[in-house]
Amino acid sequence: MAMVNAANMPDVNGYFGEYGGSFVPPQLQVILDEITAEYLKTKDDPEFQKEMAYYQKHYVGRPSPVFFCERLTAKIGGAKIYLKREDLNHTGAHKINHCIGEALLAKRLGKTKIIAETGAGQHGVALATVAALLGLECEIHMGEVDIAKEHPNVVRMQILGATVVPVTHGLKTLKEAVDSAFEAYLKDPVTQLYAIGSVVGPHPFPMMVRDFQQIIGEEAKVQFEELTGTLPDNIVACVGGGSNAMGLFTAFLNDESVAIYGVEPAGHGVEIAGKHAATITKGTPGMIHGFKCYMLQDENGEPSPVHSVASGLDYPGVGPQHSYLHDLKRVNYTHIDDTDAIDAFFELSRSEGIIPAIESSHAVAFAMKLAKELPSDQTILVNLSGRGDKDIDFVVENFGKKYGI
Amino acid sequence: MNNRMTALFETKKENILNIYFTAGYPNIDDTVTIIKQLEHSGADLIEVGIPYSDPLADGPTIQESGTAALKNGFTLKLLFEQIREARKTANVPLILMGYVNQLMQFGVEKFVAQCADSGVDGLIIPDLPPNVFEKEYKELFAKHNLSFTFLVTPNTSDERIKMLDSLSTGFLYIVSSAAITGAKSGISEEQIAYFKRISSLISSPKLIGFGISDNETFTTACTYAEGAIIGSAFIKMLSKEGVAGIDGYIQSVRG
Repeated sequence: MAMVNAANMPDVNGYFGEYGGSFVPPQLQVILDEITAEYLKTKDDPEFQKEMAYYQKHYVGRPSPVFFCERLTAKIGGAKIYLKREDLNHTGAHKINHCIGEALLAKRLGKTKIIAETGAGQHGVALATVAALLGLECEIHMGEVDIAKEHPNVVRMQILGATVVPVTHGLKTLKEAVDSAFEAYLKDPVTQLYAIGSVVGPHPFPMMVRDFQQIIGEEAKVQFEELTGTLPDNIVACVGGGSNAMGLFTAFLNDESVAIYGVEPAGHGVEIAGKHAATITKGTPGMIHGFKCYMLQDENGEPSPVHSVASGLDYPGVGPQHSYLHDLKRVNYTHIDDTDAIDAFFELSRSEGIIPAIESSHAVAFAMKLAKELPSDQTILVNLSGRGDKDIDFVVENFGKKYGI
Repeated sequence: MNNRMTALFETKKENILNIYFTAGYPNIDDTVTIIKQLEHSGADLIEVGIPYSDPLADGPTIQESGTAALKNGFTLKLLFEQIREARKTANVPLILMGYVNQLMQFGVEKFVAQCADSGVDGLIIPDLPPNVFEKEYKELFAKHNLSFTFLVTPNTSDERIKMLDSLSTGFLYIVSSAAITGAKSGISEEQIAYFKRISSLISSPKLIGFGISDNETFTTACTYAEGAIIGSAFIKMLSKEGVAGIDGYIQSVRG
């Protein structure tokens, strides 16, 4: 297995191997250079770290626990399944980890407003939350399709005082929301900071968001060892843009004994073009939203339409570090379709009393499959990146009948 | 063969009018007609935009025209055929503007060979970083006699402007504001100071773009540069009047 020195990623120009970098118009590059310089100066500043630690503990509620799924494990028979409970964070997902970092950085840069895209609304809610906490204005761009699907999150953002801008072009989902937010950002990059929602976009965003998220894996490693006396044999996370996955994976990249799985959304099936968002599984290297990664695209370089039952996963690109980890074969990228994800949603709800986000349900579904194939002395640690409260109406309306609702 | 654009900048030093339009818009086969009509009406230079759904540097007008062109069935293969067709009679310098991923997916070598073969004189790729250009593209473009233009914006540092000036093999595209295309019109005192600052720093010919829409803004821009670029305003005119409106529009800009 190829070992990875994560400390060297990315290089000074923001490359993870051949992926990443910054392919943006020059007016934006100037701003990105400023953000990079300020971030590099800030990240090791003890004052900044103290502030981060304070909010992580007293506001987010970190550390989030690691939980052994006894009933689920018994039911499946095979490897033991553990969850890293990012769903228990304030706002219900891992997104708040990087939002606090981005908002604190915005304040240091003297910005008064943070702007971003959101898919399922988890990033938007987390950002609106920290904006309220730190007294910043907040503007969230969201596709009309997602607005209809994720209504509770839209209302939450509005209650928190954020402006939600509906995006009405194209497929009206995450990709278009990114276009729209970037456009609004470029109109005034001086007073605003783009607080991207995943480990995607031009340098320094993939690095910055990963750094803010890697606390997940750092905590989990210690907690898992406390529980079991050793490292997990397998770790699993869902991958859309890939922020929760990089959050969990980073601390384990150099642990040779740990097998790592990234689970992509197969939608209606990876063989049906336009009906999945399994970017690494089916994509080719290309450029989207200012960075190089595996992407789903046509022969003209146009991003392809994508689908997943999970709004937070349907993006035609993926984080550059994931693209590189795939080429290095350090992480195994696999996929789970809509049906299996919804099954896992109900399975975890009913066997452990934990309703997972549909995004995270993809990771749970794969862990269930993997557990079945492995002996009972093996362990699997799943990043439960978010809770499913936001999804309940959508799930019951579309899939309830099959599960007796 | 001589690069038509280099020849233009050698002979004409003022009031250069560069018109941008999106290929395949309003109708897929308008590209040839628009090029011929623009040359006939007195455009000095034509910038043909390659439709793309992810154009980070462009505002709503150009984005919408790109989306419409893609719906019309635009492909790069077709564009090169159209340019070949236009080149049978047109001698005006032609520049293509597109994004890195479009070149990558078409194949960079194949793309530049097609450019040279069909009669393209230069390229603008706003998301291609200067260091990547220098390392991976510069020689290749030169080999095919294609000039390359960089964008300079109000927030670009003096040091970087000088670096872009020395790397540029065409003109420098002076972006009048730090926004996206079509954002606003008119030229402010602050912008004039910025144009003067640039003039003092560079030796390449320069054209001012973003916010140029009529005779007044064109004339003002030409006071501070060799010429100016009109994009969004021209596309808006095309949306309303179609190719029949081109001559009247160009005459009104020239005044």
